[in-house]
Amino acid sequence: MTTIIAPETAAPPDPNQPPRQHYLNAGYTVRSWLLTTDHKRIAILFLVSITFFFVVGGLAATVVRLDLMTPQADLVQTETYNKLFTAHGVMMVFFFLIPSIPSVLGNFLVPLMLGARDLAFPRLNLLSWYVYTIGGLFTLYAMLAGGVDTGWTFYTPYSSTYSNTYVMATAVGIFITGFSSILTGLNFIVTIHKMRAPGLTWFRLPLFIWSIYATSIIMVLGTPVLAISLLLVAMERLLKIGIFDPKLGGDPILFQHLFWFYSHPAVYIMILPSMGVVSEIVPCFCRKRPFGYAFIGFSSFAIAVFSFLVWGHHLFVSGQSIYGGMVFSLLSYLVAIPSAVKVFNWTATLHKGSISFDTPMLYALGFIGLFTMGGLTGLFVAALAVDVHVHDTYFIVAHFHYIMVGGAVMGYLGGIHYWWPKISGRLYPEGWARLSAILIFFGFNLTFFPQYILGYLGMPRRYHVYPEEFQLLNVMSSAGASILALGYFFPLSYLLWSLRFGKIAPPNPWRAAGLEWQTPSPPPTENFAETPVVVDEAYDYQRIDGFAVAGSGAAASPRSHREESTHG
Amino acid sequence: MIDDGFRLFPEQASTLAPRVDALYFFLLGVAVFFTVLIAALIVYFSIKYRRGNTKVDRAPSHEGGHAFGLEITWMVVPLVISMTIFAWGASLYFLEYRPPAGALEVRVVGKQWMWKFQHPDGRREINALHVPLGQPVKLMMISEDVIHSMYVPAFRIKRDVLPGRYSSCWFEATRAGEFHLFCAEYCGTNHSRMIGRVVVVEPADYQAWLGGGKSNLPPAEAGKRLFEDLRCVTCHVPLGATGRCPPLDNLYGHQVKLSNGQTVTADDDYLRESILQPGAKLVVGYPTLMPSFDGQVDEEQLIQLLAYIKSLARPAPAEAPP
Amino acid sequence: MAEVHAPGTPRALAHQFDDLEQQHQADELGMWLFLSTEIMFFGGLFLAYTIYRTQDEAAFAAASHELDLFLGTVNTVVLLGSSLTMALAVFAAENLQRRKLVLLLMATMVLGCVFLGVKGFEYYHKYEHGLMPLLGLPFDWPGPSPGHAEMFFDLYFLMTGVHALHMLIGLGVLCVLLIKASRGRLLGDFSAPVHLTGLYWHFVDIVWVFLFPLLYLIGAR
Repeated sequence: MTTIIAPETAAPPDPNQPPRQHYLNAGYTVRSWLLTTDHKRIAILFLVSITFFFVVGGLAATVVRLDLMTPQADLVQTETYNKLFTAHGVMMVFFFLIPSIPSVLGNFLVPLMLGARDLAFPRLNLLSWYVYTIGGLFTLYAMLAGGVDTGWTFYTPYSSTYSNTYVMATAVGIFITGFSSILTGLNFIVTIHKMRAPGLTWFRLPLFIWSIYATSIIMVLGTPVLAISLLLVAMERLLKIGIFDPKLGGDPILFQHLFWFYSHPAVYIMILPSMGVVSEIVPCFCRKRPFGYAFIGFSSFAIAVFSFLVWGHHLFVSGQSIYGGMVFSLLSYLVAIPSAVKVFNWTATLHKGSISFDTPMLYALGFIGLFTMGGLTGLFVAALAVDVHVHDTYFIVAHFHYIMVGGAVMGYLGGIHYWWPKISGRLYPEGWARLSAILIFFGFNLTFFPQYILGYLGMPRRYHVYPEEFQLLNVMSSAGASILALGYFFPLSYLLWSLRFGKIAPPNPWRAAGLEWQTPSPPPTENFAETPVVVDEAYDYQRIDGFAVAGSGAAASPRSHREESTHG
Repeated sequence: MIDDGFRLFPEQASTLAPRVDALYFFLLGVAVFFTVLIAALIVYFSIKYRRGNTKVDRAPSHEGGHAFGLEITWMVVPLVISMTIFAWGASLYFLEYRPPAGALEVRVVGKQWMWKFQHPDGRREINALHVPLGQPVKLMMISEDVIHSMYVPAFRIKRDVLPGRYSSCWFEATRAGEFHLFCAEYCGTNHSRMIGRVVVVEPADYQAWLGGGKSNLPPAEAGKRLFEDLRCVTCHVPLGATGRCPPLDNLYGHQVKLSNGQTVTADDDYLRESILQPGAKLVVGYPTLMPSFDGQVDEEQLIQLLAYIKSLARPAPAEAPP
Repeated sequence: MAEVHAPGTPRALAHQFDDLEQQHQADELGMWLFLSTEIMFFGGLFLAYTIYRTQDEAAFAAASHELDLFLGTVNTVVLLGSSLTMALAVFAAENLQRRKLVLLLMATMVLGCVFLGVKGFEYYHKYEHGLMPLLGLPFDWPGPSPGHAEMFFDLYFLMTGVHALHMLIGLGVLCVLLIKASRGRLLGDFSAPVHLTGLYWHFVDIVWVFLFPLLYLIGAR
């Protein structure tokens, strides 16, 4: 698909601009894409793959939501329903949310933002995509061959002993994909440490890099624990041993500890990169330095570190000791502080800004609002006594969707729009984009806000049939989901449309700070004609705007500030 | 019948419910306050500092020590608030999972996909639980297969029901009526049909109801009969006579010295393990004679045996006879 | 990790790096990060071991006594020896000693194979004595608490099995290195792969250094 796109983008309609070599027109063959080691092309490969899995996971969710419009089981059978919500969870968590921003935007931007020619290990990077794709196809095979009905959490002993579905194949698929996360995280850490351009000190780095670095730490240290827990489940099924089976002397709660030791930090793999994206967008559309740069940066690390210490808050009703529950509750509140720090700092950045409301900014503001609500309901579920009531109800479902969809996906879409001119060399239609950003915001709230109420009323999650009094709220939720689906359909369409018909993008349409904007759009294969030397602090918008008014060039690359923003 | 009208807030039907809800409303207040604060600030700044507005002062303010003060403020304030919530939540949590002395003890066995209950006098029921109003009820629960979770929203209680290990929770109903009982931990195909109702009735009606069904032996007596049928009695002879096995009189709830030098409390889980895997934790001074009863007794019979052993204990301060 | 940049003579420096120093630092940091993921991976197994051992130390000690301490010790010596030859191989590669490099790589592989052979013999021995509770095979345990003893053997096979898998991967990589080395490559500036494989091999060795006492030496014999 992408190979067809490339020639279109390459054709320069502007006669004043000579044909220019860039990463998209460097080769048109399938081979030139499948064997590429260019981080930008690998990012495109990931973009195509994760969009595919997003659509698959989204379709599963659509059927689930349609079925829940009535309290009875009428659209699909219960076995199918259970397989559908499992497919939705597995696809969205492991094959969309976790790789989304790191593997697409991170891959594309980390070397550009650092002024490097590529990641430290380009071939490992390509391997990461292959590993991801193989794992994904393996899992998809399991889903199509018969599905798996354990929920994405694979709780034992149901998953290890009782379920008669494709648990092994799914576990193997996720296990394989885990290595993709590990390789990507490892590549980022090494690149950020060793390949920064001259003058690019740690405190001059864009906050996106800080958050990607923190994310990578979690990927590198957390994913292997998921790998070993899934391996143990697989071994238990294959070799008939009893690590988690109480009938054989094992402890099913041990699985929950191991699983959440990864899967709670994994939530921060999803949200931290989004926070990084917002930290880029907000300063750009406020034309000022982010308020509290260092606080936003260090809060990413605080979140990464604390994220490894709070897994037990998923086990408040599981039978871990009540003192254990107390410790995990306390630690969970500590992770709330750095999150609050970020929200306050972004809000304070708006103060005395010169704010414009282009699409990325709409997503960023939406992110701040929805993440605030998701984060604040996190206080509810970390409060031991309240969690006992809302654990495993729709309250939890609403809470984590506010974080993962309201937070992570909004950030992802904001980032895709923000860097789309750089990635594709084209501008997307601003009117459509704003419309769909607003649709997504309202559709999202209508979908998930009723679920908070449902949850406190006591509707358990993963219920195919439910008592009648919950119907009205479920219908509202399903109605919202259809708006949300429409909202997601728009960007998919107009972004593809813009590849052919969009206006040619200038190197820096937003007049943004950051090295990635100082090279042409789309960037050449080697990223920069010569290695840039950084002399400015990050986000020096005062200087950029000053120069733009005066009409003179900037320090690192005179070309970057030539064009004014073409957006109105 | 269960009240199935549309509502936005669940019924309160236990002593715990209003206390959990108080914390919930406090949290709601905090959440609404901060959401409104952030939203209002975003809207206010967005209007005031919109790009088209040229009349506003954008000169950088003295962001130095001032900004640092702000950062510290918005770290300390959330910290104080969240520590308050933590302490509040934790104290209620202790209350929730510590049954009061003298609670009526109902045995619960969860299996795919039904709930089985047995009352202290022996009456059994499935997917329905009758309890008296205004009296603490303790549920002692175990699963026959996968993990389930006992959840009564109107009581604000939930506790996972595990295979191979007893777990418990308690409540004291404050309203007569029928309430939902759900399985809250995904347990396989018919998870959403593993539901039932809790029927809260006046204590007198509860007694009448207990008398109404076909008579089952109380668990302790059924356990005694089982104890004899399984020939346990040939070795586990009463205190005083020297048997080949440790005496069971006054054992429950007391410390036991093991052959490996450790000491354990003879609680439900220990006794259950000793019946299924006698060799796992041997009492000091006794040989490994006892065969395993794994597969010979099911979870309900195990509960009866434990009830019998428990009844042999002298009335301990924590456990009053039902 | 060196990438061929231009046709003709291979270059030690990959295009994305400015100089060899930067490349070496990146390679090394990458390998250490990879090893940290391996620590977390084995960490899950060690955690499971710790939990179940604390549940019944006596049963674990008794089950441990069924392992062959002599063979375990031999294997420890063999593996430590292979780490020595590996370290010498890295030294030879850096000092452009091709013949020595080839011989030392071969020695490392031979020792690695001996280790796996002994391990395989031990596995077979356990199988014959009904101490392999895998795939529903019978598990004969005369002593007390067979459940916990079975758990010990489950963990024994899992931990040593995962370790052996890492050995196999290491042997595969060594095999590639051996072929390259015999063609006169991997010397001097190009020795990074030998160096990195060495780190990996030592890591696998160190895992065994933890496995050996936890599995073979617990409980006074």
